[in-house]
Amino acid sequence: MKQNEIKIKIQNLNFFYGEKQALFDISMDIFKNQVTALIGPSGCGKSTFLRCLNRMNDLIPNSKVEGAVYFDGKNIYDPQVDVVSLRRKVGMVFQKPNPFPKSIFENVAYGLKVQGIKDKYLIEQKVEESLKMAALWDDVKDRLGESAMGLSGGQQQRLCIARAIAVEPEVLLMDEPASALDPIATKKIEELIFELKKNFTIVIVTHNMQQAARISDYTGFFFMGKLIEVDTTETIFTKPGKKETEDYITGRFG
Amino acid sequence: MKYNKRLTEKIIEYLLFIVAFSALTCVALIVIFLFYEGLPIFEKVGFKEFFFGKYWYPTSDPPAFGIFPLFIGSVLVTILSSLIAVPIGVMTAIYLAELASPIVRKIVKPIIELLAALPSVVIGFFGMVVVAPFLQEYFDLATGLNLFNASLMLAFMSIPTICSISEDAIYGIPTELKEGSFALGATHLQTIIRVIIPASISGISVAITLGMARAIGETMVVLMVAGGAAMIPESIFDPVRPMPASIAAEMAEAPYRSDHYHALFAIGIVLFLFTSAFNLVADYISYKYKEKGSATL
Repeated sequence: MKQNEIKIKIQNLNFFYGEKQALFDISMDIFKNQVTALIGPSGCGKSTFLRCLNRMNDLIPNSKVEGAVYFDGKNIYDPQVDVVSLRRKVGMVFQKPNPFPKSIFENVAYGLKVQGIKDKYLIEQKVEESLKMAALWDDVKDRLGESAMGLSGGQQQRLCIARAIAVEPEVLLMDEPASALDPIATKKIEELIFELKKNFTIVIVTHNMQQAARISDYTGFFFMGKLIEVDTTETIFTKPGKKETEDYITGRFG
Repeated sequence: MKYNKRLTEKIIEYLLFIVAFSALTCVALIVIFLFYEGLPIFEKVGFKEFFFGKYWYPTSDPPAFGIFPLFIGSVLVTILSSLIAVPIGVMTAIYLAELASPIVRKIVKPIIELLAALPSVVIGFFGMVVVAPFLQEYFDLATGLNLFNASLMLAFMSIPTICSISEDAIYGIPTELKEGSFALGATHLQTIIRVIIPASISGISVAITLGMARAIGETMVVLMVAGGAAMIPESIFDPVRPMPASIAAEMAEAPYRSDHYHALFAIGIVLFLFTSAFNLVADYISYKYKEKGSATL
């Protein structure tokens, strides 16, 4: 493995939905300014794992977490940790584009406004910057005041990415961000991810193995709630260490 | 076999059509009757005099048919009851949908919906024997049966409607929207104020309009507790006589096809137009915000 700075260190993470255990003893490192892809069949726990990294699973009633997730060396499951400020540092893009029923401008400005930023000029500047970074600026610059619901699916997803990066998180979690999109929109998102890794650490869940191979530096393979293997993407796709990984990648199941 | 199925479907289709059509016809006939009996009053009394006349003395000689005090009574009672019912109803809905634990929600929501089933005469009775003496004594009034008492009782009646429908709207907000807000570092309160309420505003508006519509048309409560004085009130503790109360109180004593009789039907027309307008507004609001209300591809 390449030597890199560890951004997030996951140690012996277990997760339960009520009685049902969804994640089993997961340990892995996520490196700074790299793209880490999580692959595996449906229901293998990869999305659940992703949602543990910004404590999104807190919202699920009766869920329980064991183990530790160190973000820059600090355990985010420590009782003193402020979840709101954690989520500002660890942004998230969801599977289904979920713009707010507000204007395009307000969508991107949302994260800044809830932080209490009132400076109009600063907000305008950030909105423009984020939309440019998300490669959406040229599409929407003349209709920032219009409802975000009028955008196409691909544009909505890029808007959600713009919204997430406007608050300048350090890590960006993406839960199958392209699964609801057509191939052209998907390509745009993938190009975007490639650009974004200069500034952010990215963890992306994907169903699509080609996508993982194209965009990621590291790949983790999940199966039945366990992390079977994690390594550089090249290693996983050329000479995987475990038989399950090889079977999945070569399409023998899943 | 196939033929039979198609025949059955055709029969059911026609049956439903007949049922729907006859219901519609009945309503249409009632409306026609209302206008037929109400409009003759305008041969005796001008539109302006009828709507803006300050005196309602239908049995004096000569009679005065000015419904302005009645109209104002209805409007004021509706506004005041909304001022009480809307904040309480909507805030309760927000609490139940967003903050209450599932158990509390499961218990409280049916209770609130049950309140909607309270017969209005019971609420009116409560207003008469409990609230009225209290108001009279506490505020040192001539009568406890007044605008404020009626508004309070009507608020009681509309809170369940407002609360229940708003709660459905708020509860129906897609989880993705809430998560989107949380993921950007918003607190729960910020999420409620900036995302959940705006996204459910169409449902909340419909709830408010329906609640208010219920208050406007309500007869028994205002008949019992509004005080029944056909005058323009100067304070919220003055008695009023809203339109439905006038119709209910006077219809029995108005001679058949007399001017008074026609005037009461004309009040019915006004009331009908008033509530229709409310329903149209509710429809318009729900239509206008419909598309923006949810996250879709």
